[in-house]
Amino acid sequence: MEASFAANMAPWMFGSLVIFLLIGFPVSFSLGACGLFYALVGIELGLMPASLMQALPLRIVGIMQNDTLLAIPFFTFMGLILERSGMAEDLLDTIGQLFGPIRGGLAYAVIFVGAMLAATTGVVAASVISMGLISLPIMLRHGYDRRVASGVIAASGTLAQIIPPSLVLIVLADQLGQSVGALYQGALMPALVLTGLYGVYVGVISISRPQWVPAMPASARTLFPASHDSGWRPRAQLWLQVAVVLIPPLALIFLVLGTIFLGIATPTEGGAMGATGALAIALARRRLDLPQLRQAMQSTARLSCFVLFILIGSTVFSLAFQAVDGPKWVEHLLTGLPGGVPGFLIVVNLLVFGLAFFLDFFELAFIVVPLLAPVAAALGLDMVWFGVLLAVNMQTSFMHPPFGFALFYLRSVAPDREYTDAVTGQRIAPVTIGQIYRGAIPFVLIQLSMVGLIIAFPGLVSRGHDAATQIDADAVLRQMQTDQNSTDAADAASAATKPGANAVDDDPMKALQEAVEADRQAPAK
Amino acid sequence: MLALSRFIDRFNEAVGHSVAWLVLAAVLVSAGNAVVRKLFNASSNALLELQWYLFSAVFLLAAAQTLLRQEHVRIDLISARLSARSRAWIDIFGIVCFLFPLVAVVIGLSWPLLERAYLSGEMSSNAGGLIRWPVLALLPIGFGLLGAQGLSELIKRVAFLRGVLSVTSISAPPDKAGPA
Repeated sequence: MEASFAANMAPWMFGSLVIFLLIGFPVSFSLGACGLFYALVGIELGLMPASLMQALPLRIVGIMQNDTLLAIPFFTFMGLILERSGMAEDLLDTIGQLFGPIRGGLAYAVIFVGAMLAATTGVVAASVISMGLISLPIMLRHGYDRRVASGVIAASGTLAQIIPPSLVLIVLADQLGQSVGALYQGALMPALVLTGLYGVYVGVISISRPQWVPAMPASARTLFPASHDSGWRPRAQLWLQVAVVLIPPLALIFLVLGTIFLGIATPTEGGAMGATGALAIALARRRLDLPQLRQAMQSTARLSCFVLFILIGSTVFSLAFQAVDGPKWVEHLLTGLPGGVPGFLIVVNLLVFGLAFFLDFFELAFIVVPLLAPVAAALGLDMVWFGVLLAVNMQTSFMHPPFGFALFYLRSVAPDREYTDAVTGQRIAPVTIGQIYRGAIPFVLIQLSMVGLIIAFPGLVSRGHDAATQIDADAVLRQMQTDQNSTDAADAASAATKPGANAVDDDPMKALQEAVEADRQAPAK
Repeated sequence: MLALSRFIDRFNEAVGHSVAWLVLAAVLVSAGNAVVRKLFNASSNALLELQWYLFSAVFLLAAAQTLLRQEHVRIDLISARLSARSRAWIDIFGIVCFLFPLVAVVIGLSWPLLERAYLSGEMSSNAGGLIRWPVLALLPIGFGLLGAQGLSELIKRVAFLRGVLSVTSISAPPDKAGPA
């Protein structure tokens, strides 16, 4: 019993981890405790050196020194300050007025503003809450279907996870050993396509179910007198207003993304400058007072704290997990899948999608991704492409009923009882949690088709000039063939090692296999 | 015992409030650094290192307050369906079996590191870098505060199970934040 336990410590450890996490104690401490427990057992059984845990403080100091992770508080702080600055409100008001009079216009406006906010910051909560507070009542007033309205708002809010500068990409870059800039660049195109797909969905609805997304009557344009709607003046005024409200977000986007993409600033510096810019905007508009500033700083401190502590916990876990050769066990498990690279991708995506029902992306990124990354590297996958793929998949963790956080945020600001609309005086029914859940489902499906698109067209994930290992469809195909070969080779080699077979050293297949193995491990380093 | 718990809560709340200002400081230092580096082509290793010193202080020292406010994320798939009493038992188990050992190990292992750095006056290996021991001291201090907060949470849960405290004293405050 003891011997088999010792030999199978990695699966045991993984199984215990699941139990430790499900107990419902904070993830960071459960992770760490699981690592400590197995380190103790391992040292006791003589499977690990007694000095194993000595490395721990240095690992934690490594986390403290990590320049990339410093971007987390910066972008969080920036998002919280922007939420207070009233930028989202101005954008929604104006863009809503611009698009409102066409069918589905309010929904397009939400998607557009969601993408805009996402490009300035990386915080889902801020986007969903502002859009839920401002756009949801307007959409309800004009008779939008509740499911469509809430689905569009929740989904557009989650764009903050995939459009750079997003926190999930920072964390993934750190875990995959890639530069944040490369991941930002790679995610840009898929993010835009995804935003486009949201728009296409609204477009399809406006044709197939026009009564779900009615146009706003011209009289509802409050910004400019509707009586002269035919004249050029109100129209010009509207466009001027659009230009004015677009200046702050565009300036911020340039300040953050522009400087990162041009190579002027690191993502961390970009985050710091963006946060400073957001502060300047909020102060200039006199929308920020001391209590609000303190609240933003404290929320930032606590959010960074729980994220970094999950990372510390997972460091303790991985110290012990590596000592029991856990990563090798996972690699064998995942490379042994039928179907080579496509099989691996399918399983990984199903796994992440499934886990996303009850883990949020920080937990996924710190617990699951470190297990997957070495396997993906061993399979020769482009890690930037892999990271973007995971990011798009993980975005669903915000939209899944019943635990998606974007849905919770929306629920917290959606009307939960019947109310009288302030403009029309109509009684308006509340939005139920069931409607919010059903509204999210089409967007989860869109998200999954995006995952499929990225796998089918790897070229969507663009690589910058720094990319020496550009991956294209051909490379993937070649890789798949190589993989197929190596599987064959492995079969042949294992056959060759059977008793009575020829000497292993002379076996050409074995040599081939070794060559392939060496080849495959090279990019991992 | 409850007086001790109240004292720890107040103390860690105050620490959390104070270190939050370092977020702003880190933002300004980093933005200033970036601008100076580009415009004047000058950079200071001391200021670069100050960024991570500040951030480390924020997340290590705020850990206790984050625990107090129950913002260390949990997977509440199962626990959300349990009664408040069962949840209190889970927390007691977690604090004693998970949190305390972790705190003890980190403090025990980081102490010699700090001692050595302090006695040798170790400096950063970067030219013009900062002295090392203050940032290393954050490890035992931060985890020490975290352990103290664990003790306070333990006291509160025991008091709740004995009917001394109401359920609100051990539940998350209403303004609890989710993941970003």
